[in-house]
Amino acid sequence: MALTGLFFLFYLLVHMYGNLMILMGPEAFDEYAHHIRTIGEPMVPEKGVLWVMRIGLLASLVLHVWAAVTLWRRAGQARTNRYVMKRKGYGNFYAKAMRWGGLAILLFVVFHILHLTTHTISIGEPQPTPSQRVVESFSQWWGVLIYVVAMVAVGLHLLHGIWGAAMTLGLNTSLKRAEQIRFVSILVATIIVVGFLIPPFAILLGLVP
Amino acid sequence: MRLALRIWRQDGPQHTGQMVRYDIDGVSEDSSFLEMLDLLNEQLIHKGEEPVAFDSDCREGICGTCGVVINGEAHGPERTTTCQLHMRSFKDGDEIVIEPWRADPFPVIKDLVVDRSSFDRIIQAGGFISANTGSAPDAHATPVRKEDADRAFMAAECIGCGACVAACPNASGMLFMGAKITHLGELPQGQPEREARVVSMTEQHDHEGFGGCTNLGECTRACPKGIPMNVISQMNADLRRAGFGAR
Amino acid sequence: MTDMLIDGLYREGEPIADTKAPAGDISQKWTTRQFDASLVNPANRRKISVIIVGTGLAGAAAGATLGEAGYQVKSFCYQDSPRRAHSIAAQGGINAAKNYKGDGDSVHRLFYDTVKGGDYRSRETNVYRLAEVSADIIDQCVAQGVPFAREYGGLLDNRSFGGVQVSRTFYARGQTGQQLLIGAYQALERQIGAGAVQMYARHEMLELVVVDGKARGIVARDLVTGEIETHLADAVVLASGGYGNVFYLSTNAMGSNVTANWRAHRKGAHFANPCYTQIHPTCIPQSGEHQSKLTLMSESLRNDGRIWVPKRAEDCEKDPRQIPEEDRDYYLERIYPSFGNLVPRDIASRQAKNMCDEGRGVGPAVDGVSRGVYLDFADAIARLGEDAVRSKYGNLFDMYERITGENPYQVPMRIYPAVHYTMGGLWVDYDLQSTIPGLFVTGEANFSDHGANRLGASALMQGLADGYFVLPNTIRDYLAKGPFPAIADDDPALVEAQDSVRERIQRLLSINGTRTVDSYHKELGKIMWEKCGMERTDSGLREAIEEIRALRADFWRNVRVLGVNETLNQSLEKAGRVADFIELGELMCIDALHRRESCGGHFRAESQTEDGEALRNDDEYAYVAAWEWGGDGGAPVLHKEDLVYEFIELKQRSYK
Repeated sequence: MALTGLFFLFYLLVHMYGNLMILMGPEAFDEYAHHIRTIGEPMVPEKGVLWVMRIGLLASLVLHVWAAVTLWRRAGQARTNRYVMKRKGYGNFYAKAMRWGGLAILLFVVFHILHLTTHTISIGEPQPTPSQRVVESFSQWWGVLIYVVAMVAVGLHLLHGIWGAAMTLGLNTSLKRAEQIRFVSILVATIIVVGFLIPPFAILLGLVP
Repeated sequence: MRLALRIWRQDGPQHTGQMVRYDIDGVSEDSSFLEMLDLLNEQLIHKGEEPVAFDSDCREGICGTCGVVINGEAHGPERTTTCQLHMRSFKDGDEIVIEPWRADPFPVIKDLVVDRSSFDRIIQAGGFISANTGSAPDAHATPVRKEDADRAFMAAECIGCGACVAACPNASGMLFMGAKITHLGELPQGQPEREARVVSMTEQHDHEGFGGCTNLGECTRACPKGIPMNVISQMNADLRRAGFGAR
Repeated sequence: MTDMLIDGLYREGEPIADTKAPAGDISQKWTTRQFDASLVNPANRRKISVIIVGTGLAGAAAGATLGEAGYQVKSFCYQDSPRRAHSIAAQGGINAAKNYKGDGDSVHRLFYDTVKGGDYRSRETNVYRLAEVSADIIDQCVAQGVPFAREYGGLLDNRSFGGVQVSRTFYARGQTGQQLLIGAYQALERQIGAGAVQMYARHEMLELVVVDGKARGIVARDLVTGEIETHLADAVVLASGGYGNVFYLSTNAMGSNVTANWRAHRKGAHFANPCYTQIHPTCIPQSGEHQSKLTLMSESLRNDGRIWVPKRAEDCEKDPRQIPEEDRDYYLERIYPSFGNLVPRDIASRQAKNMCDEGRGVGPAVDGVSRGVYLDFADAIARLGEDAVRSKYGNLFDMYERITGENPYQVPMRIYPAVHYTMGGLWVDYDLQSTIPGLFVTGEANFSDHGANRLGASALMQGLADGYFVLPNTIRDYLAKGPFPAIADDDPALVEAQDSVRERIQRLLSINGTRTVDSYHKELGKIMWEKCGMERTDSGLREAIEEIRALRADFWRNVRVLGVNETLNQSLEKAGRVADFIELGELMCIDALHRRESCGGHFRAESQTEDGEALRNDDEYAYVAAWEWGGDGGAPVLHKEDLVYEFIELKQRSYK
């Protein structure tokens, strides 16, 4: 779970970097979108790297979800008689929301693929180039809203996810180290959320041509 | 003090249980939670009703025998054992819900008494250093860094009460297990068996039917000895090292 | 044996003596004994079985060691896990003559201090051996991973403890007992995992099986199912702890009981020095009738706290901070100007009782009497600062506040003595064998090493010495004669033991009277505390014996035990234990009455110096009183073991 999660995190950072290209103008962004399809040519065929990435992500997703379901199932089997009274307000809400939050993110990813990869869904009018599609989508307030909600969910998932991954990898070795890990998880989650939300807001506010 | 208690009553392991309400009066604020239950039991016996079964022994917070879930919290609202919880932590007229530890590896024996022998079996699997009597070198033969000795002691403070399992939403026993692995793994004497220990203890833990860890930290919040979560991380680190070592 | 009843209470039988300690210089006796004791061939060991009752330091250590050696071991405890045994609650530390500090400690000095601390009422040979193996204990525990306190150089730290002049106490913060027990428990669990030891947790021994004069097994009740089980073996070891709970309120665990010992006593094992009880001066006082146990705080508090009560009884209700200096009586400093608040445990305890009996006790009144004295840190806080006091005693202050709800940094603590340890126990010889062949007794359950009083940090030492090093080396001399013939299921001795257990349980369940078991236990405790506690008198003890006899008769007529045998039934468990405590209480009073001297933890008001100090009578009482069961309704029989001091000279102590 930790390793696949960290792979997702790595992917998100790359993805975020690509998104920020839109601030450099439509040509730069389209060039980037084209480039990720032709990386490694002619050593590898067109979209070769992209598909490796996609397969890697899909495999990680399957493993990540499988691990989550296994934990969930084991928890259920480990306590078949539930408490009559549950403790009020235990734990961090975002830590408890990992399962439902994860499911919400999964649904968003499906939507996101249908929207910007397969173009099955459009926000606003259908557009011919990647940069135009992005600009059109984020010119609609509700398009921005969907992405804001999704990114907050991702951020919260990361807050506990990074902490959990560090625990699983055995990095939490002292009380001081625990604080450092907490700090890093907040920092990284914030960078991801802010980094991903800069383009939509920039577009919405008309800062991107 | 006057209190309304709702207590889990269950005749035996094979029986189903239910919550039963008892009203109790004349509880001293200075009495401990278990002394309040003693008083209830005296009153029940006089009425000809069977007293509520609950475990306790040292009643000074060190043996780890006692432990019930009070209003949804393992060992109740203070960070201590149930025997060291005093009634001044409650208000006159309160309703108090009292349940046993609930986890399938801790089956209920009767009322609030559970069977925690799964913990003993985890220790049997590897929670020891193999040093036969009489074979020991002089105690000063191996100096131990004070920091290591202190961390080992911190982990060794675990009293094996099971509150970590009771409080864990996954009913995981990893704080208990991680504490023992950290205690023995921090000391030079514990090194020869370090990898084998973590592998066999975790196998036994899973075999007993405890849940996995999702790093929520409810265990450490409920732990009367304040054992930190880093013992779980230590266990993961040792497990990883053991895994790579084996390949 | 004379037929004459002495004091109308007991008879005197033949003297008794230890025959196992070899002759020769004291420093060679243990080596000689280990050599002379027969060996058991490793191949034969797996045919030989041993039952061990109790899993504290002595029992767990013995179980692990005998399991490692290859014997078939069956281990029993009433708790849900062997790790719960009450050794776990010991705070201070464990003594060992390592002389790591180079301050002049030695085996001989530890031996001397222990005999002197026991007020010259212990057996020299046993004590010397205890001091001799003490160093091995530390090595063994460190090898097992016991996290003792260490210095920055990585070596073990020591402190001085209990008024001795050398630093020989090893410790693990305030949880030494816990860490040592967990070490022994882990060693035991290792043997359980290996199949060498079979563990029977939640089992209580209710009868000893004696066949052809030899201890051959036990009858135990499975506390979960109520099943009465018979377990047979070649030898039985009792490691079932002390009997401080005869006082109801003590620092013992709720379940600590004398039943295993008492059942063995009724089957022929002599009970030695039952009246020797240790009372600890710095416990948290009783706050009301509801109280179920007392909690000890480390004696180190007396290093900086000043003990006082108001000079006038009418001031006792006042807020202590409103009582001016001139109206306070710092009675220990007044009576013992040179030792002041650091007088030995028994003196500090007795004086606290005297103050309260005069009506100058403080705190909540229980039964109309306030039993508490102030332990005041105001001076220490003014002198050292609150932070310094916190760093020294913070954990104790927190514990006090949790239990009493009072902040000891602002309001003086209240303390009162409580029963803590019992030096008496089943009589054993140098091999730790009782008067029943094949029945061995270790740890607090035997009487052997502490005489009339126990030094601080010596209980842990004795438990582990017996369990790891002494018993495994002496029991083999007996086991080498085994395996003994199998016992038929219908052997009359076996059937009798099983029937008597069933019958007793049925009797307890069928009385269905009006009083709860706890109410009897509390009443017994009050009698014992008042009349066989810190100060004992001829008339008080005689009254106590009458009261206990009446209580016993009433118990068997009027106790109410609900429920059935075939389930977890905690009232039934308690009823059996209290019944045995009542019988023991009577014997304790008889022992205390017959010993018309003061020594160690036994203070007879009739035997004191002009200054109120304990006055020993070595001419008449330098012996161990080993009591033989005289039958129900019969009188116990006293067997005296003379204490001969070859290597240490007897002295009267003085703390003025």
